[in-house]
Amino acid sequence: MSEFRSTDAPLTQDELAQVIAEDIQPGSFVNLGIGQPTTVSNYLSPEKKVTLHTENGMLGFGPQATGDQIDGDLINAGKIPVTELPGASYFHHADSFAMMRGGHLDVCVLGAYQVSAQGDLANWSTGKPGAIPAVGGAMDLAIGAKDTYVMMDLFTKKGDVKLLPECTFPLTGVGCVSRIYSDRAVLLLDSSGIVKVRELHGITLEELREAHPEVTFETVGA
Amino acid sequence: MLEFVDSAAQAVSRITDGATVLIGGFGNAGQPMELIDALMDSGATGLTVVNNNAGQADAGLALLIKERRVAKIICSFPRQSDSWHFDEAYRAGEIELELVPQGNLAERMRAAGAGIGGFFSPTGYGTQLAEGKEVREIDGRHYVLESPIRGDFALIKAYAADPAGNLVYRKTARNFGPVMATAAAHTIVQVDEVLEESLNPEHVVTPGIYVDTVVGIPTESGVKEREERAALAAGQPKPCLATKTAAELAAEK
Repeated sequence: MSEFRSTDAPLTQDELAQVIAEDIQPGSFVNLGIGQPTTVSNYLSPEKKVTLHTENGMLGFGPQATGDQIDGDLINAGKIPVTELPGASYFHHADSFAMMRGGHLDVCVLGAYQVSAQGDLANWSTGKPGAIPAVGGAMDLAIGAKDTYVMMDLFTKKGDVKLLPECTFPLTGVGCVSRIYSDRAVLLLDSSGIVKVRELHGITLEELREAHPEVTFETVGA
Repeated sequence: MLEFVDSAAQAVSRITDGATVLIGGFGNAGQPMELIDALMDSGATGLTVVNNNAGQADAGLALLIKERRVAKIICSFPRQSDSWHFDEAYRAGEIELELVPQGNLAERMRAAGAGIGGFFSPTGYGTQLAEGKEVREIDGRHYVLESPIRGDFALIKAYAADPAGNLVYRKTARNFGPVMATAAAHTIVQVDEVLEESLNPEHVVTPGIYVDTVVGIPTESGVKEREERAALAAGQPKPCLATKTAAELAAEK
């Protein structure tokens, strides 16, 4: 566990991806969710020997395919053409999710609409009436890895908080998120509901508490 | 009894109105497009379809839904940017949807194929998708009782079949194929290559016991496979092999 640190400016998306990549242990098996979490792979150095899992049935995929590399039979969970790295393997869907559910993946990085202080995750539906629902692998991913990290902005574009005492959107998983990596804070969660603050960027602890009056924060090591 | 037939139309001719049909594929990878087109032409209707999605654009499963041949769909991710035929049918109340998390979908079919009467899954516990289902705490963790999904038929795409009906797949097009093959009473497979020789038994992914009908249909998969083999025969790396990781590429920019 590193010590508490703070900087004056919020992290850019690339800086945030780099912070997450640095926290992923060498030799880990990792699933990066669709969208922003995918950018973490840009900072996983080959020396770390991190293997990426995609739930449609592959371990060891490489960067997005270009030109002659593109093969319609080789895609990731976002349905984007990808490449093979040496040592890659293919397997069917039941094996892929068994691998996840069975606790064999070390880390999963996901986006979120909301996270509760106890680590409940809401990232599949905003509960809007009349919307067509779609869950995909979100619920399996949320509870599947040894550690589930959320990568998100701390506030919505409208300025609403996304870290809440209880999620108001439909849940994806209960008590499954262990860390929030956001532009303004890196937060560690557990079932106590007391949120440990590891990093602050462009926000003070007082401002963090003011914005989230119903959440209890402590800095790490405090 | 294993049969090899000459056309997609023959392959799907047994499928009757009201059947439950498991259709392989994740996006377009592994989607048995020609078998779905033949199912469309057969006129079978009132179908229950199990697939990861609910059709893309104006092809395959999307057209079955457009023509209202599908009474119910069991899937994990119906809403996509190009799922307009499903969206319209759903909003009109003309298709029933059972939404299942992707891993539970795969495992429910695996259970059906393996003769398991149900299983407790941690996925979905405490969410809307577990409402009304039995919950049990086992060794301090909560699980939800899930039931098997059986098919009358499975339509899948594999890469090659040998004379015993043993199958191999290609890359991530494998996806639901091996699981669906076990979960259906009658499994219909389209392959790019119908082999005259036996596959190496060590390489078989789906043993022929799960396979009933095979039809050879050339697709883009065969084109890519031959390119790959030609590269390897010439001592070059496979075209799909990355020479650099994402981090190395990002560092160059």
